[in-house]
Amino acid sequence: MFWSEHVSIKSQKDFVSGLMFTVTGAAFAWNSAMSYDIGSASQMGPGFFPMALGLVLVMLGGFIMFFSLVVETPDGGAIGEVAWRPLVCILGANLLFGALLGGIPGAGLPAFGLVVAVYALTAVALLADGSSFTFRRVLELGSIMAAGSYLVFITLLHLPMPVWPAFVSGF
Amino acid sequence: MELLANLATGFAVAANPINLLYALVGCLLGTLIGVLPGIGPVATIAMLLPATYALPPESALIMLAGIYYGAQYGGSTTAILVNLPGESSSVVTTLDGYQMARLGRAGPALAAAGLGSFFAGCVGTLLLAGFAAPLSDMAFAFGPAEYCALMVVGLVGAVVLASGSLLKAIAMIILGLLLGLVGTDVNSGITRFSMNIPELTDGIGFVAVAMGLFGYAEIITNLAKNETDREVFTAKVQGLLPTPEDFRQMMPAVLRGTVLGSVLGVLPGGGAVLASFAAYTLEKKIKLKAGEVPLGHGNIRGVAAPESANNAGAQTSFIPLLTLGIPPNAVMALMVGAMTIHNIQPGPQVMTVNPELFWGLIVSMWIGNLMLIILNLPLIGIWIKLLSVPYHYLFPAIVLFCAIGVYTTNNATFDIGLVAFFGLAGYVFSKLECEPAPLLLGFILGPMMEEYLKRALQLARGDWSVFITRPLSAALLAIAVILLLLVLLPAIKAKRDQAFVED
Repeated sequence: MFWSEHVSIKSQKDFVSGLMFTVTGAAFAWNSAMSYDIGSASQMGPGFFPMALGLVLVMLGGFIMFFSLVVETPDGGAIGEVAWRPLVCILGANLLFGALLGGIPGAGLPAFGLVVAVYALTAVALLADGSSFTFRRVLELGSIMAAGSYLVFITLLHLPMPVWPAFVSGF
Repeated sequence: MELLANLATGFAVAANPINLLYALVGCLLGTLIGVLPGIGPVATIAMLLPATYALPPESALIMLAGIYYGAQYGGSTTAILVNLPGESSSVVTTLDGYQMARLGRAGPALAAAGLGSFFAGCVGTLLLAGFAAPLSDMAFAFGPAEYCALMVVGLVGAVVLASGSLLKAIAMIILGLLLGLVGTDVNSGITRFSMNIPELTDGIGFVAVAMGLFGYAEIITNLAKNETDREVFTAKVQGLLPTPEDFRQMMPAVLRGTVLGSVLGVLPGGGAVLASFAAYTLEKKIKLKAGEVPLGHGNIRGVAAPESANNAGAQTSFIPLLTLGIPPNAVMALMVGAMTIHNIQPGPQVMTVNPELFWGLIVSMWIGNLMLIILNLPLIGIWIKLLSVPYHYLFPAIVLFCAIGVYTTNNATFDIGLVAFFGLAGYVFSKLECEPAPLLLGFILGPMMEEYLKRALQLARGDWSVFITRPLSAALLAIAVILLLLVLLPAIKAKRDQAFVED
């Protein structure tokens, strides 16, 4: 084997993306083959198209991984550091907002409504970069945004969503 | 003249005061968000889409078109003043635009971008109106095999123009096609890949996909970058009007850009990006007149040509969408989603079934362009102020806007979870240098493509050769193959790689 001595990943980015494509493709193809009718080209079943696509994706992912082991890239295609802080805070702010706004009946969380949710979102989002968070800012920005979104979404657009906590408004 | 009669129908709809108001609001909102660095038209439209749900279909589409143009104008303002392109099609604008701003000529640069875009927009609108009818007639001659081939061309186009690895872009398309299939299969009634989550029975909401992949992923990536010293030329913007000498230089550049942009915009893929880049390259090849600053050092031609080209391209890229129902790029894919939300099936029948909507939309694009030039030049001061607002005040507001927008799509908390998932996916994609635009296009086309493929093969009794024995379909597939081969040619490959690192 001419490359067995030096099998090393030459591009991290490509290797990981190839792996991602292969695994996802395989999952779709496997699921289609197991759960849905494949049919034939003239009478395609619900599993035909997704299985074909899944297999193509497995193949593409394989190629991408192969090239990532063979083709040299300047900096080793390093993925680099993951920005955990913004990632967790931004997505977390969003999830918290959703949970507070409508509540999660299954988990026994009551709806807290728009106003509480906006303050929570502001606080968590401001944590996303190391230097932005101050209580004053949460209050200022949260109040502006709560008032603004009440005006735009409730007063002007009449969107149906709870504004105050369920146990306060009794609704 | 039938064209004039059609345009008159359009004017009757678009010049209705309510619709004018929506066009105005759309332009303003679009510019407002588009001016923010790092947020391009796709993210802007995805964010603002839910704001149009409550409107009647004509007004909603008119407002969205306004948002699109507004976002593009906003993007060029940022490119010129901050040297940060808001979107890929204004990358080349930064080259000369920012240099002009440094020389204290930000005003003429902004005016050149605005006037050039307006001129290109007018030409694009006329082309769109003129070509729409004959192309739609042609579309009725299309069978399922042709539609299938056409979608392949569209998807290949999206791959060819994506920057970066070809294989990864193709894989992203396939992934998009697969995600598009999640939910109930129209033919068998079976729910596919829903993992027993009842909310997924209707498929993955495309607003959540677009907002997650573009909106959230972009915010996270922006926050991850260290806040660099942004040099904003706030004080130096004065004297908006270009000098007569400027006009003499930019007129031919605007004309060249418009022609290039109109032609390239019709092509599937990121028409506007290719158009602006090609226009800039062309300007570079043209001999400098005596006393003219070279391109890259603040030449007004380097702003006027690509800006006209990308606006002309933006306009003509509506042609394949409105006449064939095939979105040629990610922005148009969003427009398809918007139309579907309003129960309009995009395609050649829109013009006959719903002429008010069709012509109203076309005319309102022109009105949108006009509004932008009237409004934005005087309002530039406000946009500049916005640029100097610290990012930490802006991003919580953007996150809030996205979250409320997603929630109101179905009034369901589930969608907020979904957008978080796609936000995470979007961040992973950006880390791995996988472009999300082809995925979005595939996502929209997935169910359509399956349907046409199924019908084509059913008619041909399972004979795959139908795609190459029908002349129109064969021709389209040949175009797709040629496009792919072109990218693989070493010379072009090298060009494509360095396209965005050129000085």
